[in-house]
Amino acid sequence: MEVWQTFVKMVHTLVPWFDGTVAIILIIFIKAMALLIPLMLVVAYFTYAERKVIGYMQLRIGPNRVGPKGWLQPIADALKLMTKEIIFPTKANIYLFLLAPVLAIAPAIAVWAVIPFDEGIYITNLDISLLYVLAIGSIGVYGIILAGWASNSKYPLLGALRSAALLVSYEIVIGFALVTVVMIAGSVNLNTIVQAQQGGIIYWYFIPLFPIMIIFFISSLVETNRAPFDVVEGESEIVGGTHVEYSGMTFAVFFLAEYSNMILMAVLSVIMFFGGWHSPFEAIPYLESVFSWIPGMIWLLVKTTFFMFLYLWVRATFPRFRYDQIMRLSWKIFLPITIIWIFVVALMTQLQLSPWF
Amino acid sequence: MIKKINKLIKSFTLNELRIGLKITVKELVNKKITVQFPEERTPISSRFRGLHALRRYPNGEERCIACKLCEAVCPANAITIESEMRDDGTRRTTQYDIDLFKCIFCGFCEESCPVDAIVETQIFDYVFESRKGSIMTKERLLEVGSQNEKVINQTKLEDAKYK
Repeated sequence: MEVWQTFVKMVHTLVPWFDGTVAIILIIFIKAMALLIPLMLVVAYFTYAERKVIGYMQLRIGPNRVGPKGWLQPIADALKLMTKEIIFPTKANIYLFLLAPVLAIAPAIAVWAVIPFDEGIYITNLDISLLYVLAIGSIGVYGIILAGWASNSKYPLLGALRSAALLVSYEIVIGFALVTVVMIAGSVNLNTIVQAQQGGIIYWYFIPLFPIMIIFFISSLVETNRAPFDVVEGESEIVGGTHVEYSGMTFAVFFLAEYSNMILMAVLSVIMFFGGWHSPFEAIPYLESVFSWIPGMIWLLVKTTFFMFLYLWVRATFPRFRYDQIMRLSWKIFLPITIIWIFVVALMTQLQLSPWF
Repeated sequence: MIKKINKLIKSFTLNELRIGLKITVKELVNKKITVQFPEERTPISSRFRGLHALRRYPNGEERCIACKLCEAVCPANAITIESEMRDDGTRRTTQYDIDLFKCIFCGFCEESCPVDAIVETQIFDYVFESRKGSIMTKERLLEVGSQNEKVINQTKLEDAKYK
């Protein structure tokens, strides 16, 4: 990665004695922080945006007391959660109880390592980055199962069972949906997938894969336990699901994991179907030169923000699905459609349908 | 058959979901009517029955003559009155307690009062810091009255023509 190589060279020339393992570890640390700190900030303000957007959709104003227009609300929330007591249920397995939030947030953050933000801006360039995303992403379910099991309480266990079954069945749908993208792009490297969508809005994969895009979006709602598929916490039946026994910082970590997963799914939809860092004005004669000064990362963020807004919009609109209906949706509707579409894409590839193949 | 196909098309184009999304996004941009309570307040009727107050005449003499009509009419037995002859020979209360935990804010005390001494003000956002605080003693009632005399006078005037 060129930006980092130049940075490393600069460090070498400035401080010649500073070299070897220490330098490598420090650089890795800086890279991780450069990703983590903005991510955590975005997560914090995403919760604020969620409360605001849902409030506005319900004809309320939302938080507006802490700081100007409520801008300091997420910081107040974070302080509150940090200073709160962590309560351990009697006879709960404390080690597993504390391991569960770690298992939830570690994969949620680890996945970000392969996400390309711009041409050449990423933590690492894996050739199997899409597989990596799917593999690491599916570890997140262990966090929820462990949380449910270690709490030694009935509602968390029920919530964990429900969400585990859901996550497993929707991972299949997401896997099949992404197979179509891989078929068109001819690679499982996220960088290559984005590069394959270069050349204007008509090259983006949401056009040939429109039904798949919708299925992917709905499945990502399930994967991140969002309304209307948030059966893991369904307040009316199982109180707070796996979160019932968690308080203070342990709860906050689950919260962080859920929201960073949500942002990740939004970024993934943009990378897979909406051309990643590419500008929507590419190949449009006049507009392209007008907007050429905007860096690719901004376009990625703008598109991601739209998807994040979509999550909130959907949550504010729809009532919660019944559990068996979600299962039916997965196995009887989404899975057949995606498999059929795989054959459609195969046909399109054989026919050399322009401009995507 | 056509009905079935119609239904199928509708469900696969997410027709009803799109209708729902359209409604919420319309509300998103609509003007909000929230009243920011401590700073802004909603209008209150002049007949609003809130915290009680004992009034005084403009010359400073307290109105209450300890006739105990309010104590008799109170359906919740919230009022306790003790009376004595004052040095100048008039009958006055020595104790006038209203237990706000018992009070149901029916306004009968105000209606029964022959000298308009006990009234219910428009104050509704009051707090107690102890359980004892729920009992409004004569001194506290008189203080509420003297602090809000202007507002009380005005609201009673507004309502007078309907009585």
